[in-house]
Amino acid sequence: MTPRTARRARRTLPLTGTAVAALLVLSACSSSDDTSSGSSSSAPGAAKVSGTVTVFAAASLQETFTALGAEFEKAHPGTEVVFNFGGSDTLAASITSGAPADVFAAASSKTMAIVTDAKDNASAPVTFARNQLAIATLPGNPDQVTSLKDLTKSGLKVVLCDRTVPCGAAAQKALDASGLELTPVSYEQDVKSALTKVELREADAAVVYKTDVRAAGDKVEGVDFPESADAVNDYPIAPLKDAPNAEAAKAFVTLVRSAEGQKALTEAGFLTP
Amino acid sequence: MTPPASDTRKGGRRPGRIRTGVPFALLLPALLGLAFLLLPLVALLIRAPWHSLPEQLTSPEVWQALRLSLVCATSATALSLVIGVPLAWLLARTDFPGRGLVRALVTLPLVLPPVVGGVALLLALGRNGVVGQWLDAWFGITLPFTTTGVVLAETFVAMPFLVISVEGTLRAADPRYEEAATTLGASRFTAFRRVTLPLIAPGIAAGAVLAWARALGEFGATITFAGNFPGRTQTMPLAVYLALQSDPEAAIALSLVLLAVSIAVLAGLRDRWMTTS
Repeated sequence: MTPRTARRARRTLPLTGTAVAALLVLSACSSSDDTSSGSSSSAPGAAKVSGTVTVFAAASLQETFTALGAEFEKAHPGTEVVFNFGGSDTLAASITSGAPADVFAAASSKTMAIVTDAKDNASAPVTFARNQLAIATLPGNPDQVTSLKDLTKSGLKVVLCDRTVPCGAAAQKALDASGLELTPVSYEQDVKSALTKVELREADAAVVYKTDVRAAGDKVEGVDFPESADAVNDYPIAPLKDAPNAEAAKAFVTLVRSAEGQKALTEAGFLTP
Repeated sequence: MTPPASDTRKGGRRPGRIRTGVPFALLLPALLGLAFLLLPLVALLIRAPWHSLPEQLTSPEVWQALRLSLVCATSATALSLVIGVPLAWLLARTDFPGRGLVRALVTLPLVLPPVVGGVALLLALGRNGVVGQWLDAWFGITLPFTTTGVVLAETFVAMPFLVISVEGTLRAADPRYEEAATTLGASRFTAFRRVTLPLIAPGIAAGAVLAWARALGEFGATITFAGNFPGRTQTMPLAVYLALQSDPEAAIALSLVLLAVSIAVLAGLRDRWMTTS
């Protein structure tokens, strides 16, 4: 017993020493990171945009924003746009927990509010597009879905977005407004997963956005329903406060709101704000 | 830590002891590694909403998810035992061409990202899948979005753990007992049932617990293949993931439950895995 405790006591000192050293190493890394990125963003000639710009965007924006990202890289040589597409709520949660992002484009004001409530935005969010729901069915619409009510038919496998995701919240709003009760087979974590289930023919129908139906081409067939007019989503965009590349963030937001950006969005089926 | 004053007096360093000290170059990364593994778990405990915890944990949604998780993990383990133990026996006790390849294929789900497993399951057993379309056409069985789908996804990911564990135990077990049994007139199946199984029971148990734990934590294959519907396919990991977006406190509470279950599993396995000799 005694010699063992003695040995342990001798070890305690270097042990704490290493722990401290480890912390120092780690903090040294992070602080040097901060200074390097800080100096690049506060560089003279503020109009000059360079480096990587990280954009967190709603899954429904995937096609349009990918195209706009390519435009951006062309217009600002030396830049690279990195996208993270996903459910707006997931993205908002990762931004408020400190994920390094420059721009956030959400599919609803509610999910943008998660970020603004945490004061993680650099300037007030602006609505740059709106989107309307549509039903995606299998090609040829074999189940003859023509209305929202048809989705409640028994035996029909319908997938919805989870209620925490904007498309799920909007779908729920449309269903509630028309007094319909719909039990889906699954609540998917973002709109693209819901659409994919129909594309793979695992589900018969999904409530997604018009833009998703259009982007999927002939892999699904879209059915418009009038109730969707009551559940139109606003898409807000904002540069973020802790943006590693603040200048590029502003430039990207400008591009999205420009005539060119709006044209791309309208072509994809988005409504103008 | 321990009061060192009285112990260090003699400087009990016998010459032979000096070189047994841990070199700094190993101690530093070792401690970093330890801290790295423990820190997230400690953070989970620190940030846990202890006040609202009883409320969180007694909510019907949590119990629904927990019950579904336990049922599915247990079913997946049972299924793994029924088809996995014979597979392990085949790999360990018989000789057939391409056995090495088969073993490699069996271990593939161990290294395959579970989401990929989920996609593969969809393509195989989905309503439009290679096999699934016939299941649907002939028997009207569709597996995606069902609890059975969850069990299959978990089995796909967890069974290799059982197979590997049991196969290892079989290889270590002396085959002469079985040979003795067969020379005494037992059929090979009787020898397997009466001699081999009792002999490797501890290995099977360990493999089953390992598979069960893996099944309990399964996320990627489940959400891809079986979707997410509370009470039917929403297991604990899915509930944690989705709760994190809307209600982080609930996510932490759910995580604590899974942590507790994991610790219980480790405690149950401690004799086998935690003691190194």
